[in-house]
Amino acid sequence: MDFLRPASWAEALAVKAERPDAVPIAGGTDVMVELNFDHRRPPALLDLTRVAELAEWSERDGRVRLGAGVPYARIIAELGDRLPGLATAARTVGSPQIRNRGTVGGNLGAASPAGDAHPVLLATDAVVEVASTRGVRTVPAAEFYRGVKRNALEPDELIAAVHLDVARGPQQFAKVGTRNAMVIAVCAFGLALHPDRRRVGTGIGSAAPTPVRAPAAEDFLSAELTDAGLWASRRPLPDAVRRRFGELVAEAASPIDDVRGSAAYRRHALAVLARRTLGWAWDEYREGGWSACA
Amino acid sequence: MRVTVTVNGERREADDVWEGESLLHVLRERLGLPGSKNACEQGECGSCTVLMDGLPVCACLVAAGQAQDREVRTVEGLAEGADRLAPVQEAFVEAGAVQCGFCTPGLLVAAHDLIRRAGRPSDVEIREALAGNLCRCTGYEKIMEAVRLAAARTASAELSTEDTP
Repeated sequence: MDFLRPASWAEALAVKAERPDAVPIAGGTDVMVELNFDHRRPPALLDLTRVAELAEWSERDGRVRLGAGVPYARIIAELGDRLPGLATAARTVGSPQIRNRGTVGGNLGAASPAGDAHPVLLATDAVVEVASTRGVRTVPAAEFYRGVKRNALEPDELIAAVHLDVARGPQQFAKVGTRNAMVIAVCAFGLALHPDRRRVGTGIGSAAPTPVRAPAAEDFLSAELTDAGLWASRRPLPDAVRRRFGELVAEAASPIDDVRGSAAYRRHALAVLARRTLGWAWDEYREGGWSACA
Repeated sequence: MRVTVTVNGERREADDVWEGESLLHVLRERLGLPGSKNACEQGECGSCTVLMDGLPVCACLVAAGQAQDREVRTVEGLAEGADRLAPVQEAFVEAGAVQCGFCTPGLLVAAHDLIRRAGRPSDVEIREALAGNLCRCTGYEKIMEAVRLAAARTASAELSTEDTP
């Protein structure tokens, strides 16, 4: 096995072009487990922790460019106000030790349906920036997940960053597991209210072969909020709307029975998570602070 | 490959390191530092917790090559000298926060880091900081007691140092 240690982004792309079989490693929270348990023997590891550019984030024109190598602990500490949904999800990742190492880039690279960042990336219309020596391209999160642990990367490409809007409305994330820490989600749900464009975004984790949105639920709730003038009036949400939203989210999932939970339980739990996070988000919106229209 | 890493303030070299090897393996099997424990090898139990560049991490999830030129502090490096335990170690002994002892090194490193960062942490902060460290013997009450004790002592030691002209 080779251990490849590029010191810059340009060098990392050159190395990946030359060695498309090299497995990128950042926080190691997935890759090292596979190595420790002999599940994987890649011909080479491509260590990205020395590429300083990957560990940076910046903000411009209301968009955050989050380097793929920024660990969850820093997302919590530095981006909680700009990216509240992602920061909430980050707080549920593993343990302090894991959050010091794990990255959104790693979550995307592994593309596990249970990755904690995915539901919020979907709900907030995040865009993944990938690069190779051939150039840079962007892939919406919704098109990035291609199958169980498969993503849209070409063999010579690396994940550079994720682009997200600075939140213009409440965002929420909730997940179900056996305890608060060190839990792989049984199911998870991310929600973003976009009052500026009168839309609602959703993301479902761990309840389909890939992370997925719930388009029917998004359309339903967006229409209810707009048609009843609720964005402007900020009146309480009718219970029937919250319930129907939950049902539509559950219908968008295609869960399986596995060791962590049954398909039926996941569907039920998703409806509860969707209803609950909507309640929290709408309460936050009603309390003000977010403008109704851009 | 050769890996050079600063461990507990000392520059150390390990040769013939396999490229897929973990920092934990290097520490335990090549550098003679078996304090960090090898249990789950998947970041679940925290018994291999070390500080890397000042942050608590699971040594089992750090590839050895990633530790090249980094600063690592293990449980062996917490005490200030051969005859004086660190406050958090003393508190674990006094509070009886050790039963089989396997989780203790990881808990000590995580608790040491917490007290350094948070000073007098609340119970919620202690629970959160130690959420990645599993103990299968005792339950966690004695461990909580030990961390509260170590934090209180560290805080009052700092106060009395400040009082000294």
